Amino acid sequence: MNYIPNILFALALIVGIGFFANNVKKLIRNIKLGRDVDVSDHTSQRWKNMAMIALGQSKMVKRPVSGFLHIIVYVGFIIINIEVLEIIIDGLLGTHRIFSSIGPMYGVLIGVFEILAVLVFVSVIVFWMRRNIIKIKRFWSKEMTSWPKNDANNILYIEMVLMVLFLIMNATDLKFQAMENGNVVSQYLTPLFSGFSDGTIHIIERSAWWLHILGILAFLNYLYFSKHLHILLAFPNTYFGKIVPKGQFKNNEAVTKEVKMMMDPNVDPFAAQPEGAGDEIPAKFGASDVQDLSWVQLLNAYTCTECGRCTSECPANITGKKLSPRKIMMDTRDRLEEVGKNIDANNGVFKDDGKQLLDDYITREELWACTTCNACVQACPVSIDPMSIIMEMRNYLIMEQSAAPMELNNMMANIENNGAPWPYNQMDRLNWKNE
Amino acid sequence: MSEQLIVPTMAEFTAQGKQPEVLFWVGCMGSFDDRAKKVTKAFVKLLHKSKVDFAVLGTEESCTGDPAKRAGNEFLFQMQAVTNIEVLNAYEIKKIVTACPHCFNTIKNEYPELGGNYEVMHHTQFLKSLLDEGRLTVEGGQFKGKRITFHDPCYLGRGNNVYEAPRDLIRKLDAELVEMKSCKSRGLCCGAGGAQMFKEAELGNKEINVKRTEEAVEVKPDIIAAGCPFCNTMMTDGVKSKNKESEIAVMDIAELIANAEDL
Repeated sequence: MNYIPNILFALALIVGIGFFANNVKKLIRNIKLGRDVDVSDHTSQRWKNMAMIALGQSKMVKRPVSGFLHIIVYVGFIIINIEVLEIIIDGLLGTHRIFSSIGPMYGVLIGVFEILAVLVFVSVIVFWMRRNIIKIKRFWSKEMTSWPKNDANNILYIEMVLMVLFLIMNATDLKFQAMENGNVVSQYLTPLFSGFSDGTIHIIERSAWWLHILGILAFLNYLYFSKHLHILLAFPNTYFGKIVPKGQFKNNEAVTKEVKMMMDPNVDPFAAQPEGAGDEIPAKFGASDVQDLSWVQLLNAYTCTECGRCTSECPANITGKKLSPRKIMMDTRDRLEEVGKNIDANNGVFKDDGKQLLDDYITREELWACTTCNACVQACPVSIDPMSIIMEMRNYLIMEQSAAPMELNNMMANIENNGAPWPYNQMDRLNWKNE
Repeated sequence: MSEQLIVPTMAEFTAQGKQPEVLFWVGCMGSFDDRAKKVTKAFVKLLHKSKVDFAVLGTEESCTGDPAKRAGNEFLFQMQAVTNIEVLNAYEIKKIVTACPHCFNTIKNEYPELGGNYEVMHHTQFLKSLLDEGRLTVEGGQFKGKRITFHDPCYLGRGNNVYEAPRDLIRKLDAELVEMKSCKSRGLCCGAGGAQMFKEAELGNKEINVKRTEEAVEVKPDIIAAGCPFCNTMMTDGVKSKNKESEIAVMDIAELIANAEDL
């Protein structure tokens, strides 16, 4: 027997999965560059969120057209993967359609796959048209040029090709066609190949089979470089998503410690620091670079699939301001990738490259345009919180750099002096009752 | 107008050894802004009418720190929060009602971690509960059949998932509640949040409040109902910029109900 195809297959599988595992390792390493954050609370609520939002696509369908099409592609993707399992077993053992031994059920299974393949193909075509012909506004924002734009189309092309290969593979499988069981779609494609000899048809079938599985392995390795990572990361991301009300912003513990100390009449301001207490470098307030963000925020960045629902609901963006919550996420990922590559190039240690997330990627003008309205957070179908990054960066601007816009400095000075954002006397607070 | 409203303070209550049913947190807008003061008074009248035993902090109240926190000044926010919490805890406050969604959100969600734990209600929730308990009755009166659209405040709606209380109150007025194309969880911001109220907007092609007003004008309302003093200002300015102030009034829910009752 000739074992060469089996060996080649096993090699392809090992290389494909090996590279992917390496990418995943890098991904996790980069995410862990973020600050630690405790997400061990509310486990049952978190599982529920993951089940509803990621598995159940509950937020996708808030926009019915894209939501419906996405569910088709999503369900198709998951179910057709059962076929991939068969391909892998066949490839390793040198068998042919090993699952067909289960009897008539096999036909039902393949029939469903074929129908799904057509539905996915059609949905992907519609997606492509929405992007490239209808030119829906959120796909044509400033940040959606060059790579992001090509990436989106690449994914659609790859999916189209994979679905076509799957159907051709079935259509040219003469044994499968002869079974007359499950070839609900592919039987209509078979006549296309009627002019070819059986040998040629077999070669076409083998080619489609090989290209299908090699395509899937290539796609798997494309993920790390693409916005398409969401197919994996949507699950952890919805699990680790915000649990408290959206209006509740993070409390800064370090500040609380300081404030409590100021308010405590028993604190001795002249007390000597206990041994070693002053050794640790005080943490930076807020974020000027990706390492200052939490790892959940970095996971958010890798999860973003650049759909732009956030930006299309952002009041600042709608009215022509530079702020785009999607760009905040894309910038965070780009900078994180840059930092990751820097670490790779310098034997595992980050070497200062004179750049940071603030100013080099995200401008102050963008940060100050946010109304903290939470529309972006609400719109995200996979629980990304762009606003939290904006807030961290504002924290940095104010608390590390005192770089607030003039009017905000006035507002804050008023609060400090008068207990109100305007220069009114606190003693006049009840005057309204007599006016 | 020099009508004298009876507005007891916590200091007075404590001096008499009494505890009110609820503390009315007036907020900076409600205390100082001419437009918002009218809402404050309307709400006080409703409290009196419903025989709610309430008090205010008066001169002991201070900014919750919301605009400082949203601007990014965590230190100033916490200083404000901790001093307010000291006052509230000293008076043993249990329940707070406020007509400002920013104060509402901050006290409800951000004070607990700093030692302030209270039951906090937005005034629309509170008025709704008064209705449900039969302590307040609302007749449509002058608003019967009027087209009213409700502009969701971000910190009440998305921020805290309160969408129905204000709408229930509008329905009680026998008014026709019409929804803007973006409403509830997808309601467009008025442009004031996140400390934007206190600064000029960044360069763009339109002011956010004008954009939101255009959405409101589209549904041809007689009244734009607000539940936030900042939204109220922004929408009022928006209506003026569209020269619609003679056709469309911007009113707080508390004012609608107080006016319906001819208070």
